[in-house]
Amino acid sequence: MLELTPKKLSDRSTLRINPIKTCQPVGAMYAALGVHQCMPHSHGSQGCCSFHRMFLTRHFKDPAIASSSSFTEGASVFGGGSNLKTAIKNIFDIYDPEIIAVHTTCLSETIGDDLSGYIQDAKVPEGKLVVHTNTPSYVGSHITGYYNMISGFIKYLSESTGEKNGKLALFPGFVNPGDMREMKRLMKLMGTEFIMLPDTSGVLDAPMTGNYTMYPKGGTTIADIRDLGNCEMSLGLGELTSEFAADTLEKKCKVPYKTLPLPIGVENTDAFIMALNQFSKNEVPYEIEEERGQLMDILLDSHQYTHNKTVAIFGDPDTVLGMAQIALEMGMIPKYMVTGTPGAAFDRKAAALLEKFGVEGCTAKQAGDLFELHQWIKNDPVDLLIGGTHGKQVARAEDIPLVRVGFPIIDRYVHSYLPIVGYKGAIRLAELILNALMDRQDRDCEDEDLEMVM
Amino acid sequence: MKNDAAILPERAQSIRFSECSGDGIKCESASVSGAVSQRACVYCGARVVLNPITDAFHLVHGPIGCASYTWDIRGSLSSDEEGYRNSYSTDLRETDVIFGGEKKLVAAIDEIMASHAPKVIFIYATCIVGVIGDDIDAVCRNAEAKYGIRVIPVKSPGFSGTKKTGYKMACNAIMSLITPAVLPEKTCGVNILGDFNLAGEMWIIKNYLRRIGVEVVANITGDAKVEDLKQAPSAQLNLVQCAGSMTYLAKQMEEAFLIPFIKVSFFGVTDTSDSLMRIAYAVGDKEVIQRAKAFIEEEKNRVIPLLNKYKKNLEGKKAAIYVGGGFKAISLIRQFNEFGMNTVMVGTQTGSKDDYEVISHLVDEDAVILDDANPAELEAFMKEMGADILVGGVKERPLAYKLGVAFCDHNHERKHPLAGYEGTLNFASEINLSMNSPVWEIIGGINNV
Repeated sequence: MLELTPKKLSDRSTLRINPIKTCQPVGAMYAALGVHQCMPHSHGSQGCCSFHRMFLTRHFKDPAIASSSSFTEGASVFGGGSNLKTAIKNIFDIYDPEIIAVHTTCLSETIGDDLSGYIQDAKVPEGKLVVHTNTPSYVGSHITGYYNMISGFIKYLSESTGEKNGKLALFPGFVNPGDMREMKRLMKLMGTEFIMLPDTSGVLDAPMTGNYTMYPKGGTTIADIRDLGNCEMSLGLGELTSEFAADTLEKKCKVPYKTLPLPIGVENTDAFIMALNQFSKNEVPYEIEEERGQLMDILLDSHQYTHNKTVAIFGDPDTVLGMAQIALEMGMIPKYMVTGTPGAAFDRKAAALLEKFGVEGCTAKQAGDLFELHQWIKNDPVDLLIGGTHGKQVARAEDIPLVRVGFPIIDRYVHSYLPIVGYKGAIRLAELILNALMDRQDRDCEDEDLEMVM
Repeated sequence: MKNDAAILPERAQSIRFSECSGDGIKCESASVSGAVSQRACVYCGARVVLNPITDAFHLVHGPIGCASYTWDIRGSLSSDEEGYRNSYSTDLRETDVIFGGEKKLVAAIDEIMASHAPKVIFIYATCIVGVIGDDIDAVCRNAEAKYGIRVIPVKSPGFSGTKKTGYKMACNAIMSLITPAVLPEKTCGVNILGDFNLAGEMWIIKNYLRRIGVEVVANITGDAKVEDLKQAPSAQLNLVQCAGSMTYLAKQMEEAFLIPFIKVSFFGVTDTSDSLMRIAYAVGDKEVIQRAKAFIEEEKNRVIPLLNKYKKNLEGKKAAIYVGGGFKAISLIRQFNEFGMNTVMVGTQTGSKDDYEVISHLVDEDAVILDDANPAELEAFMKEMGADILVGGVKERPLAYKLGVAFCDHNHERKHPLAGYEGTLNFASEINLSMNSPVWEIIGGINNV
């Protein structure tokens, strides 16, 4: 494949080669898995559900549960209403979740299935719930599906009782369970009462117990989703991912919101901690100050190995922007920033970031793909590649080290357990980036230049 | 029926304990709505069969997901071209769904032709393509006329059947590619159907055939190239390995090109040896028969003592199988028998009635047989039957591990070639490694669920 990527850029307006995105439903499935005792349900052909579960399983190395309406020819002609009704009955009968979260697919959207109507007509056992969201695969990306599903939960369930609960509503962005754990840890350290939706920690990084359970211990509870409506304010992390959900909550329950970049790197984490400080009025505890100080120490000790190194970053929009931020903080130049998810806001935010650091000559592109990034690199190479597993072909072809960050990572282990957010996450990223660059230096230098002390 | 709690009433007929008799198992039907099925779709079936054709361009016409999920989906290896490891899609957007996607498809083909020189482009039509009214046959015809290459439609909307329907669509596309205007003279070579060169298995089989003096004309489709595929009609015999996906093609080739076929399996010492002898007799050349006998003898002498070393670790262990097709399940049961292991649960996604018939004769009376199982059923039966190892695919791996049951991937993610004599050694080594890994000690011996 690698020789098949020509150096010469050609006009390519319709053909997508080697995407940096996938479709909405898998994002919806991931969000629904972050709700306690929830069965994600794919309303469409069987393959969709199977592919999404495979995608999530390959990334998390954990079972990802979801059911399907299993469309047949008949459903594609007469609509999927009866499939959904049968599915709802079967799911409650046998898998017994507390809630079913239905998302649509390109097929059920195109044939015009009326999900609200179907769900109203369905027999739902006493005390059980069915919610839905529309996730047409031909709009946006998996990121869109993720926030659509979160908004679906809010629209169906969140209520304002008129009595505030003193809590912060947190939308964590499209991140790993390890990141969600870190966000929760920081909020606890800051003495902030919170409700986080979704929360895939304890679900997709559940411990080995010798028993398989369809619904592991983790996930946001239904009671908490209801109570989101009583929160004092909401904070959306990842401005391009979480604003829609925060806005939905504001519209429905008048909970004011604020959005921040994903807390990746020093400045973004500072902003997160300060927002928690303003919310809870609690002092920043020494434990957090210490972590920040350690990060400063590490960045200072190692700065000569990262200074002016060029890096290409690809992946989900907020993750790419966060990684560009920390790269800039480490003195690196984010020469190429590419996301597959469409949306002009990405380009604007990337440009603003570059301006803030006074860096020129970098390219950012929304709705891009890996093939084009590969062509750019062929024409003007970089020192480091940051992104998911699919970058490994480019990394090998161009002999550039790859630091694996983002979705999906299907060829390594542990990534989903550890954070990239917070000061701890930044320390981890610094280690990953430094190891990649310094291993490369050790590998490439002449014998006489091999340094024992670095 | 045991384990009622884990079984949907509609599913009961698709599960049986092998002592049950009567009409046999319910299979080859659509999944129940609401089931957490492990099955994939028509498009997936078509794509996995055609994807290993290394110098073809695989253009997925639909929203991005279908292309994303199948990008480099199987570990099909190539000895030369790597183009098939890219992902091409028309990435349909909302406006295309409203106004139709034909123009975009035409433009995408033009863009491929502007910078590459493919011999064939497969155009996969996914779920919504028919619904939005795109005439991909016309687009393909026009592109063929314009560029003088083959542009073959693969109509594989996910809802139009099971994965098996997709296999048929792929077989039709292959027939369309390889059917010559005039039938060529027969050679003494054979075609291999239904090996996808996962972890290089096609190379092992080709090497065996070379050793016994049988020439291979075309590999269908592992490590295949378009020009080689086009030679396929000149073969004198078809060897069908993955019967589930390729019997349909073999029958068509028999009718159209007068090539008879035999079903073969290269999983396990017994099946590999039997298959080589059957090939030798089918080719009918005395020297080939002699060489096959000698080769099998030599390999058995080499491999069986090595296998016996593993056998003491494997004997008496209980195996569970959940794989795509019935033919593979049958081979696996035989292999476990060779290792002195007992198959206590066996299921497939797309097995046929005949497959299940054979399976029921191969396993013990109390073994569980299931068609199109879901994780809850797999869990319930693995626990009840006390399985020590599960052989399955990507979605089954974490399930087994969560239960503390050892695992071996016999699907896209297999780590080593599992075909032939060395494949049998690899398989024994892998299941031994997984079942007897020190990890079970560390996690406290909870594998005896």
